[in-house]
Amino acid sequence: MRRSFIGRFWPNATAMVLFVIFLFPVYWMFATSFKPTGDIISEDPVWFPMDPTFEHYRTAFDADNFWNFWKNSLTVTLLAVGFSLLIALIASFALARMRFRGRTGIILIFMFAQMAPWEVMVISVYMLVRDADMLNSLVPLTLFYTVMVLPLTILTLRTYVAAVPKDLEEAAMVDGATRVQAFRKVIFPLLAPGLMATSLFGFITAWNEFPMVLVLNKEAEAQTLPLWLSQFQTQFGDDWGATMAAASLFALPILLLFLYLQRKVTSGLTAGAVKG
Amino acid sequence: MTVQIPRPAAEKARGRARTTPPPPPGRHRKAQGSAGALPYLLLLPALAITTVLLGYPLVKNGILSFQKLGMKELIQHLTEWNGFDNYTDVLGGEDFWRVTLRTVLFTAVNVTLIMVLGTLVGLLLARLGRKMRLTLLMALVLAWAMPIIAATTVYQWLFAERYGVVNWILDKLGWHSMADYSWTSSQFSTFFVITVMLVWTSIPFVAINLYAATTTIAKELYEAAGLDGAGAWRTFTSVTFPFIKPFLLATTFLEIIWIFKAFPHVYAINGGGPDRLTETLPVYAFVEGVGNQHYGMGAAISVLTILVLMGLTSYYIRMVMKQEREDS
Repeated sequence: MRRSFIGRFWPNATAMVLFVIFLFPVYWMFATSFKPTGDIISEDPVWFPMDPTFEHYRTAFDADNFWNFWKNSLTVTLLAVGFSLLIALIASFALARMRFRGRTGIILIFMFAQMAPWEVMVISVYMLVRDADMLNSLVPLTLFYTVMVLPLTILTLRTYVAAVPKDLEEAAMVDGATRVQAFRKVIFPLLAPGLMATSLFGFITAWNEFPMVLVLNKEAEAQTLPLWLSQFQTQFGDDWGATMAAASLFALPILLLFLYLQRKVTSGLTAGAVKG
Repeated sequence: MTVQIPRPAAEKARGRARTTPPPPPGRHRKAQGSAGALPYLLLLPALAITTVLLGYPLVKNGILSFQKLGMKELIQHLTEWNGFDNYTDVLGGEDFWRVTLRTVLFTAVNVTLIMVLGTLVGLLLARLGRKMRLTLLMALVLAWAMPIIAATTVYQWLFAERYGVVNWILDKLGWHSMADYSWTSSQFSTFFVITVMLVWTSIPFVAINLYAATTTIAKELYEAAGLDGAGAWRTFTSVTFPFIKPFLLATTFLEIIWIFKAFPHVYAINGGGPDRLTETLPVYAFVEGVGNQHYGMGAAISVLTILVLMGLTSYYIRMVMKQEREDS
């Protein structure tokens, strides 16, 4: 009895402490964004917004080009994630299921591609895009973000594809399904957690990207949310309420997406693992 | 996330395939070991877009590093070669070596903290009951999903000189000199804030993946270890650790890349300041190249940055390549 109590007490206590540590910055961002300015600049912190206000969100909404930044970020991120998933899915099938000359070399290419320090290559990217006369456009951004998330997507999906037993596909085909049907009905559902996991990666990478869009797109009409937030902060830096409202707006979609998908991903993984 | 989770499963499948006779080759295959042009066709889009959009800037970057390229040359499309001048300038100066050393130390400290703490949190997740685990997972996922620029903004607010909650807590804990402490005024404290933030955002990835990896370990192995009278530590070293080792290596590799390349985290907190004392290699390349408009110099620094990163990760790459060859 006593042993099991102690055995449970310390893990649970540690978990609670960690819960607070990991949640607090996120909580503090949202809490501050709803506090009246008087509560924000008080000598003792106000731990909970007792008189919530939307004043800071109004400041954020009223910022120039607000909707444009949103539209651009969503467009670029969704397209880049979609493209990279599609390209990676077919590539990972080749890498996981087939043996061919140069396979190891190709894997090596993607491992190196993953190390590409895009942040320090912005000048050459800038010259390339400028010479193609595509500055201040979403097209190069979408393409580059696709390439940015592609290597990890391929390397990850490859292991998911390899984990799906090949017999399943063959069994379906013996039962009269075509190759495409076998893929769609049997393999695809098994890959779903892997696809979700990798799309989360892609989503956060593209949603976050900062240095490239900073150098390529000087015009506000073609900029994305990370730039909006950083400019907002330069402008409203001392107004912590407005800055936290802007940060909350920027973070919220991705926080919700992660919370929603995470459970599916982990449960899918656990189930998949049990089935082996 | 979850890069490596399927790994054990995949390896299991492969191991099984090795012990049983190989399955008859599929209809589409002419012979074992050759699948015709199909794999190359499937890989074509991925290789094409990577080669063009990554390869071209890489090569261009290499070429630029041998040019004298400033604002004037950039605007007027002038090409002025200056041989190895950029490299001799960079390598001859003290700054580059100091920044490189700083970056390697920064990466080592952060990756060590992230891997050790992340592994501990992952093992804790595996020990918790269902409810508590979901609670902690939620907090981890939120910290992990926090976009970098939003995170840097929040950390600036947490560590704000006035009204920052960290200074308030330190003051209440009896550390009164910290009441109005400016965290971005010294090299060490700025790095401290950056490190806390990086570790905070990075632990969830390691912990969640590790937890997912442990769920694939067969219960029978633990039962067997229990029957053999193994203690907690012995069970960990002989059952858990061998299983999660490939995963730990892969995650360490990824974290080294990510921490080494961490740009917005460092740049957005204090622009590499105070007095350029917190510039890491990517930030140094960006400030020198873009900020000070020494584009050719920036290109040379970025080439060197790539070489340093390749050096740091070569061991892992060699190992993976060896394994790939054995598998195929």
